[in-house]
Amino acid sequence: MIKYFLKRLISILPVLFVVSILAFAFVHLLPGDPARMMAGTDADEATVEMLRKEMGMDRPLPIQYLTYMKNMATGDLGKSLRTKLPVYDEIMLRYWPTMYLAITGMAWSVVIGVLFGAAAAVYNGRWQDYTAMLLSVSGISVPQFWLGLLAIQLFAVHLGWLPVAGYTGKFSELILPSFTLGATVAAVMARFTLSAFLEVLDEEYISTARAKGVAEFLVMWKHAFRNALIPVVTMVGLQFGFLLGGSVVVETVFAWPGIGRYMIEAVGVRDYPVLQALLLLYSFHFVFINLLVDMVYALINPEIRYE
Amino acid sequence: MNKKIAITQKKTPFSIFLHKFKQRKTAMIAGIFIVLLVLIAVFAPLVAPHDPFKVDYGSSMMPPSFEHPAGTDLYGRDILSRIIYGSRISLAVGFTSVFVGALAGVTLGIISGFFGGFLDGLIMRTSDVLFAFPGILLAIAIVAILGPGLVNVVVAVSLFSMPTFARIVRGSTLALKESLYVRAATSLGASKKRLMFVHILPGTLSSVIIYFTMRIGTSIITAASLSFLGLGAQPPTPEWGAMLAESRDYIGVADHMTIFPGAAIFLTVLFFNLFGDGLRAALDPKTK
Repeated sequence: MIKYFLKRLISILPVLFVVSILAFAFVHLLPGDPARMMAGTDADEATVEMLRKEMGMDRPLPIQYLTYMKNMATGDLGKSLRTKLPVYDEIMLRYWPTMYLAITGMAWSVVIGVLFGAAAAVYNGRWQDYTAMLLSVSGISVPQFWLGLLAIQLFAVHLGWLPVAGYTGKFSELILPSFTLGATVAAVMARFTLSAFLEVLDEEYISTARAKGVAEFLVMWKHAFRNALIPVVTMVGLQFGFLLGGSVVVETVFAWPGIGRYMIEAVGVRDYPVLQALLLLYSFHFVFINLLVDMVYALINPEIRYE
Repeated sequence: MNKKIAITQKKTPFSIFLHKFKQRKTAMIAGIFIVLLVLIAVFAPLVAPHDPFKVDYGSSMMPPSFEHPAGTDLYGRDILSRIIYGSRISLAVGFTSVFVGALAGVTLGIISGFFGGFLDGLIMRTSDVLFAFPGILLAIAIVAILGPGLVNVVVAVSLFSMPTFARIVRGSTLALKESLYVRAATSLGASKKRLMFVHILPGTLSSVIIYFTMRIGTSIITAASLSFLGLGAQPPTPEWGAMLAESRDYIGVADHMTIFPGAAIFLTVLFFNLFGDGLRAALDPKTK
């Protein structure tokens, strides 16, 4: 078990390395001279030259990369071009709102998605199945930003039940964005649970349980449901990454003060140090979540350890 | 025996597929709608009731009426006509980006699975890295480098479709490489190129086609999202996502500006997904 964990842990190192190189290269991939870009278009040659020296951009690239990594390890992500404040501080201001949104969105959508998927499997071929799957395929097809706008239109503007947008720490402000963000995930989870469940129902131990007279209710919830959940765990991890990506759109719709909306703002004003740091942050999250999922998966499914 | 009967009784893989597909009513209907949508896009100038760019300040943000079935936008432009012209952009962007992604991904996947070793490692690790960025974030990063615009959106969306195609095809290639008919072809002295593209490629196609169809929906949503965020199509282009961005400030004032363009995206993607589901069921050898 520990050997598997270590092997998996080591396997992400090259990915993290390449991701960090890409994030580093990001500023160099941009058209034009990074120093000039950071100084602004109307800066004179001397200022640009000074900035280049100051940022260490006159040194060879590998040295620059090492400096970049060293700074990053100490939490120094550079300064925002727009506000001149440290990028680290700017991100920390916005990190938790995004996490609240992602975690609440994830929580409701996994519970609802798995329940709907399981219900569709139990009532396979009946109206419950069709309703759940119709909702699910709609959930996958609906663009999040449209769903968000419709939700604002109905619940905030016309009915006036919930706030339109923004976040000041109140729970009521969390409901609509979290609903919007989780909708697609709930739909994906429902589909995935259904197919995992149906696959398990084909297994011999289900026939055995039925043959020896176990009540249908127990067959479904004790024998089938628990085994069907194993592949669902993997899906939860993958969906969390998707959710973080989706938060960019949802945060923009709801004027949510998170890192997703910050990223779009940074693209708009070409605040490259911020973009660089956010790319790195997002991909590290994604890689580590996948790692975590694999480990949980190995814990609940012993087969994988003997591979 | 009469020759005609003999022909109709012959069961080719395609006729089995067609038979199974016809049983899926929703997928059939979705397929018909997709054809209709493509026709609307192609003949947009004939179908659209108004000029999608014609500004008329006298009828700004008018609710749906007989003259303007989906109402008008801030500049008094006919929303239905803009949606009809927008279908050209969404379908073209969705299809092109998936096609480019599939072409590159399938080629890399076959090479990866067939040769194995160093090349395989390189291609698969690269796709791991691409997977490390959630799709839309990768697209945003690419647009940040290349600048906003529809062509760059296509580049971005193709790039993040690619690794999944590569993985799917690599998996099938690994399985097919060991199959009896490929071994037979090898022993007959078929060249590597021939083995890869004549013998193995057709075997991977059914999973590629399924994923291709499912992916078009996702790509249309991603492209529309990027335009909504201001990174894709720029005004006054009648793009569905960009239209929704314009509607944002008038929620509660002119609801039709939000409802119709969004419904167009939703229904288009829904039809592609239903069609893809039907294809999957019909191409899956396990279903009867």
